Amino acid sequence: MPLLALLCLPFPLFAQESPYIVTYDHHLEEPGNLEVEYFSTFGTQRAANDFHAYWMEFEYGATAWWTTEFYLDGQTTFGDSSLFTGFRWENRIRPLRTEHFINPVLYIEYENISEADKIVKEVEGHDVESDHADLNAALRETHNHELEFKLILSKDFKGWNFAVNPLATKNLLPSDPWEFGYAIGISRPLALRASSAWCTFCRENFIAGVELYGGLGDTQDFGLHQTSHYLAPAVAWNLPSGWTVRLSPGFGLNDNSHRLLLRWGLSREFSGFSEMFRSLFGGRP
Amino acid sequence: MKVNQAVICFAALGVLAAGQQRSSSHDEPAELVLARIPEKARAKCNPFANDPDAPAAGRKLFEQHCAECHGQSAGGARRGPNLRANALQQATPGELFWIVTNGVVRRGMPAWSKLPEPQRWQIITWLKSLP
Repeated sequence: MPLLALLCLPFPLFAQESPYIVTYDHHLEEPGNLEVEYFSTFGTQRAANDFHAYWMEFEYGATAWWTTEFYLDGQTTFGDSSLFTGFRWENRIRPLRTEHFINPVLYIEYENISEADKIVKEVEGHDVESDHADLNAALRETHNHELEFKLILSKDFKGWNFAVNPLATKNLLPSDPWEFGYAIGISRPLALRASSAWCTFCRENFIAGVELYGGLGDTQDFGLHQTSHYLAPAVAWNLPSGWTVRLSPGFGLNDNSHRLLLRWGLSREFSGFSEMFRSLFGGRP
Repeated sequence: MKVNQAVICFAALGVLAAGQQRSSSHDEPAELVLARIPEKARAKCNPFANDPDAPAAGRKLFEQHCAECHGQSAGGARRGPNLRANALQQATPGELFWIVTNGVVRRGMPAWSKLPEPQRWQIITWLKSLP
């Protein structure tokens, strides 16, 4: 029913989404808008069965300087089972009023996910391919409550976007160490100026880029030892109807990484969500 | 389970509070916003000023990204001010470009730096062509 309500929102919008799936740039959701996103990851797995992990994102522009997102994660491991693996609540806050040489955004996320989560939305600490090799029945027994912090540093220059996201994660169990990781992205629209006609296949509707992400160990063993890393070309296609399609094949860069993480996603942005939300609670729309 | 409930309640309260805050935004006079713009930005020239295709492309971009708040003809709507108002029509292209690029973030207008620079100038070209 809530999904049906979302589809009935009055104004689907033309979106200008970046192709990044792991990296964040400094551009936030427009205030009052809700973006509903679905993503899939097909992952190859040595010594076990391949998997299809998926998640829904509800991204809301609470203000022009604060974007909040809610995630629901799940996965299917072929020859094993399908299961819901948990949720995440993410917040991005832009501390500066105007654009600068480098634009920082503060990121904080709470995760309540099981060990069976395989969406690989970020790579941290000593995350390696073999973590996903156990049966779902065993993996789902362990639940992690984690806080994740990122410093999003991003710059737009002559149509290019450059973004760097160092991250630190802490499992709320006191005994667990801080874990570290990174994501780096570069992207650019295929055309910088717009054509005057509404068009589906105009070059300006396509944004291409590449992401590099991986783990950096933890406080007990910082560095590249026993970590995994990925290089992922990515493309986003922003359709005039308001839909955005993303595709990104990610390639593991060492033996600790999945050989392939093939990701794709579909999203749509809606305006008027905050007015609808307020009117539901009897406020002035 | 209690942690989950607390997280969900905190999220809902935060979003509600943000909605309340936004309902009182957009009431800063344009003159105050224009006064904050650095001198160097004011003097910027529009590279698309003489491009005959720019107004039409700018109109399309405006409809895609701006009309939701400022109305289809830039005359203003509940969430955004009238861009045909005197203060904004008399603003230099550089001033308008600065506002589009940086937004008025604390007052609810997002920065539109995610649009490539030529597209921002195309929007300004259309705005300046308004009667």
